[in-house]
Order: sequence, then structure tokens, then C-alpha cells
Amino acid sequence: MDLDGLVSKIKKNFPESILDASTFRGEITLYLRAQDLLPICRFLHDDPELSYDYLTDLCGVDLYPQEPRFQVVYQLCAMKARQRLRLKVSLPGVNPCLASVVSVWKGANWLEREAFDMFGITFEGHPDLRRILLTPDWEGHPLRKDYPLRGQIKAAGEEE
Amino acid sequence: MAKTETMIINMGPQHPSTHGVLRVILELDGEVVVKATPDIGYLHRGLEKLAESKTYHQCIPLTDRLDYVAGMSNNLAYVLAVEKLLGMEVPPRAQAIRVLLCELQRIASHLFWLGTHAHDIGAMTPLFYALRERDEILFLFEMICGSRLTPSYFRVGGLVEDLPDGFEAKCREFVQTFPSRVDEYETLLTMNKIWMRRTQGVGAISAEEAISWGLSGPILRASNVYWDIRKAMPYSGYDKYEFLIPTGKNGDVYDRYLVRLMEMRQSNEIVRQVLDKMPAGEVKAENPRVVYPPREKVQESIEALIHHFHIASEGFPVPEGEVYTSIESPKGELGFYLISDGSSKPWRFRVRPPSFINLGALPRLVEGMLVADVVAIIGSIDIVLAEVDR
Amino acid sequence: MGIETRLGNNVLTTSLEKLVNWARRSSLWPAGFGLACCALEMIVTAAARYDLARFGMEVFRPSPRQADLLIVAGTVTKKMLPAVVRIYEQMPEPKWVIAMGACASTGGIFDTYATVQGIDQYLPVDVYIPGCPPRPEALIYGILKLHEKISQEKLTER
Repeated sequence: MDLDGLVSKIKKNFPESILDASTFRGEITLYLRAQDLLPICRFLHDDPELSYDYLTDLCGVDLYPQEPRFQVVYQLCAMKARQRLRLKVSLPGVNPCLASVVSVWKGANWLEREAFDMFGITFEGHPDLRRILLTPDWEGHPLRKDYPLRGQIKAAGEEE
Repeated sequence: MAKTETMIINMGPQHPSTHGVLRVILELDGEVVVKATPDIGYLHRGLEKLAESKTYHQCIPLTDRLDYVAGMSNNLAYVLAVEKLLGMEVPPRAQAIRVLLCELQRIASHLFWLGTHAHDIGAMTPLFYALRERDEILFLFEMICGSRLTPSYFRVGGLVEDLPDGFEAKCREFVQTFPSRVDEYETLLTMNKIWMRRTQGVGAISAEEAISWGLSGPILRASNVYWDIRKAMPYSGYDKYEFLIPTGKNGDVYDRYLVRLMEMRQSNEIVRQVLDKMPAGEVKAENPRVVYPPREKVQESIEALIHHFHIASEGFPVPEGEVYTSIESPKGELGFYLISDGSSKPWRFRVRPPSFINLGALPRLVEGMLVADVVAIIGSIDIVLAEVDR
Repeated sequence: MGIETRLGNNVLTTSLEKLVNWARRSSLWPAGFGLACCALEMIVTAAARYDLARFGMEVFRPSPRQADLLIVAGTVTKKMLPAVVRIYEQMPEPKWVIAMGACASTGGIFDTYATVQGIDQYLPVDVYIPGCPPRPEALIYGILKLHEKISQEKLTER
């Protein structure tokens, strides 16, 4: 299904949700409204013609100093049609919060935890949202653009 | 009245069978696992952030250290992503050599998996046999790029240089003897009663659940899902070669073992076909702004010198945009999602790590299994902690 | 140790030293501590082609309480650091540490927020083996250098 067919199919059920759609190097990207993400994901998963049953990847992006600062990117794959799709949702820099898609694809569990750990994006409805790659008492979110590569130097002067 | 309580024990991060620094917190009711909580991040080195401060070319050695058992595959996935961003075509000889090396790497990775998995379950002999063959492959890699484990042989636009003389002969020698070696491993394990008792019915997962968890690679195929990126969305000329994709029936540890053994045989066939059909020609694309010019030209022509200098010092600029490319690495679907802002350094360097996502299903796989099965299941998922943690 | 410290440095202790050092270096048992990529080269060194068994080292003890050598093979991250130090402390004396690879020696290419820039900031390292990863022969060379170091140790100092 090409870009226009896909967009019109989604627009039938969610008329206001698609903010932008584009293709680059043969890949389709849809920019969605944050509040419609979960219902659209469920629609893409359950609809028998689209059938995006495989969540390939979920990650965060920091566009500092642009606003809205954060984006969460979903790479989906419809295995029967061998078709890939990218969804992007923009979130503000302060208190970025989004609905969790764990109820649609179980694999989103650890991926959302990683986005939380690295960027500080919280996911509502996630069963166990805590840090996954760093220690539980780590301060800061490393993949944010204003986090230094070598780490933050503690107040006592020791880099621990 | 006797009271029963569950016991919480800690497995790792220093443990002989966790294949690296993985920690699993097991809640046991006697010998049965009630709940397993993996605790990862003990090898989180900040690779994704480090890559944002390096040029696209300098990121290639970083990718080697991701799935360190299969360095060539990581290089290929990354280089394909950058080439897609640039919209660049790679000459057919370079594509064929890439396929050859990635399939050899798949065999090497599965051999290491076989040795360590069998060792965890208690069979120590296959480790020595498997590492003997793996060393043969690593000799071949050393012949072409000087390094056994961290090749960095692929470049954006092709390869570093062509294969050396004598490589083809040695490779054919390997391809000739390898099937008989796989037969040797099979005589040790496949119909071995102890092996079958330890692995059959252990850690099974159905096809729908496997897809929902986002599993990929041999663990997905063992659950009877016919999905292999090399066939579904071919890259680098894989559609030119004939090979089968093995799938399992029950999705348990035994099926994953059989799937990987069969994949080793199929990879051997692909290597044989590539050697027979190898096209002649260049191994680097013609694009002086991106691909290093050959040494002789750099010493003769001033433009070549300027291009070399630009690529080495500032890196080559990549047009603004984003791509997601994935390959079928030995562990599963390894993908790279790169966002470029038009400069010579990636804005976002995201690795889609198959081991991380496969390991996410571990709590589901070990629930209700015995403690001794936990080791077998972790081994059958085939994780590499550097890819899980990055 | 015990009684040798009372005996002092004389011909009795020097011959005893030679015996004890020979025994210690000929059966160094490593604690299985592969962290990252260097662990692969370590495992290959213990396998059939590069055979560590000829140095008496083929038994990689899973438990640190039965080991005398800690080969830190791979990157040590800040999250892993307490575990590394704890394993080191659990090993009984006499014990030695080899920092294998660039990451264990100095942090390697990972100069980031999450990586310890060299395990020698926290543990006393006896031999550093550079390389990324070092070849199995390089690891064996490092081990032989450690053997030399052990054979020069004085009983009264440990």
C-alpha cells in the first residue's frame, strides 16, 4: 500500500490525527498527534488489511534546542505485506509524556523503559517504568543533547 | 502447619553461564521459577552517545564492538544505512564479497553459540570442536583485514580493498570440509538422550507471542514463523543466491538448536555459491567526496589529496533525512536508524538491537520452568551483552 | 602468610620461595570474568588451539573463592564496578590481576559517562595487555610476563 492509500485509510477513522506524511528513500513516515497514538497503533495492528503486527523498534530523539524537543519514533512492520512504516510523535521538552503501546505489542516493554532511561520520556500505562540500562540512582538522562559525553561532574569535585 | 515461601536468588552478573554480564533475579518456589527479572546495563558503555560525536566513517569501528561475536554483520548493517542515506550504489563485486563475509561470520557466530550453549548445559566437548572451526574462519578474516574479532573491513561505498590472493583457495578448502564437521557436532548432540531431555519442551513460545514480543532471528524461526530479512527484504544482492530458511515446530530450545545448525549448513552453501559466481570489478563506488581515493592517486593528483584530506579530517556531509535499514544478523534483525542533520556527524545513531529485544521475552520464557532450564533458555536466545546494553 | 615472615631473608626462605613461587605460577587458576569482547579471545585462548592448559590454567573457576588470578577482560562500566571490586575482594590471597585489553587498562575507545577509565583506578593491576582485542598469543605473552613477576616475588612480602 503506498503513502496516499495508507493516509486515506487512517484518515477515515482518525480524521485529525495525521499532522504530516512523507517518503524518503522509499520509506514512509507519518507524523501523528500525541493523544491519538495509542488508538492509531491499535488500529494499525488489528486492521486485517494493514496488519502491522510487528513492532521493529521504538526510540526517542532529542531535537534540542528545537521545540517540541522530543520525538518518539516507532518502526513498524507488516510481515505479510513485507511493508515498513515509521510513526513519529512530538513531545514538549518539559515533562514529556506519552501513552504506552505495551498493550498492542508486548515487545514495547523494554524499549519504552530504555526511552525513559535515556531521555526521560514517561509512558502512561507502562507496567514497570524504571531505569533499565543505568543504575537506579543515576541522575540525568544521557542521550539528551545537553548531557555531556563524559558525564556530569558531581558537586564534590570527583567524577564518579 | 508448614508455610511455603518463595525464595529470591541472584544469578550474575558474574556467572559462567550468562554469556557476559547479565543479572537475573529469580524468584523460586522450590525448583520452579515463579518470576524472573533480568537486570541489564552492566555493559552499557554509552555507544549511541559516543557515535554522535564521531563522523560517519569513524563510527564503523564502534559498530564492531556491538555484537562482538559477529563483527562483520554489524559493519554491514551500519554501512548499508549510511549508503541508503546518501543514495549510493555499491559495485556488485563489493556486494558479493559482503555477502560472503557475512555468511562466514554467521557460521562463526553460530559455532561460538553452539560451543558455549552446549558447555552451559554440561556438554564440554562441542566447545573445543566448534572453536577449532571458528579459528579457521578467523584466520580467513585475519588474512583480509588483519583483525580476527573486530574487522571494520566494510566502508561506506564498498570495502577497504579487494580480497588478497590465496583467500579464495583457503575459503574453498573451508567450504569443502565444513559440512563433515557439522555432522560431527550432530553426532555428539542431536540424538543424544541427555541433550534431548534437557532441551525439548523447554522455553517454548508460540508464533503469535513471538511476533508480539518482537523476537527475530533463529528464535522466531524456531517458533514456526517464516521470516528472514534476507528473503523478505533482500539487501546486498542476497536474492541472487539460493538457500533455504529453516523453521522449527515447537519453538523450544531443541528447535532453536536445530534451526541454527541448519543455518550453518545453508550459510556454507551460500559461501560456495558466492565463490562460484563472484563478479569481477571494482570494490569501491565512484564517489570521491565519500570514498577514499586509492593511495597512488592521492600521491599524484591534487584533487584526490584534497578529497582524502576532507574525508579524513571533517568527514563527508550526508544529506538531511532519516533511514532505517536492517539486516539478518546471526542474532536476529539488526537495524540502524540514523537521523542526519546535514552535517558529517549523525544526529541520532540508534541501533535496533536483536539481543535486547529477544532478551525482553526472557521473563515469559522461563516462567514455570526449572532453575536448570534457565541456563538452557538464556543460551538458546543467544545474546551478546554488548548488543543488549550498547 | 604465616611462619615465613618470622624466618626473615635467609637461605632457608629463598629456597622455599623458589618452590612456592614455582607452585604458584604453574597453576594459576583464573576466575572466569569475561566482560565484553576480550572475553572471546580469552575463551579461545583456553580452547584447543592456543591451549592454556599447558600453563596449568585451563580451569576457569566460576567461583572467585577458588581462583587466584582475575583477568579483567573487557570494558568495566560504572554499573559493573562494585561487582568487580567485590569479586576481587572475595578472592583469597595470594591473588593477581591482569587488565586485558584497552578498555580494562585505560577505558579504551569508550571515553563516556558510563565507563570506568581503567580498572587500575580501583584494583592493583599486575600486568596490562594492550590490544582491542589482544590476540590469544598476546594474552599468553602477558600471562608469561606475570609468571616472571611471580617468580621474583619474596615470600615475606605477601
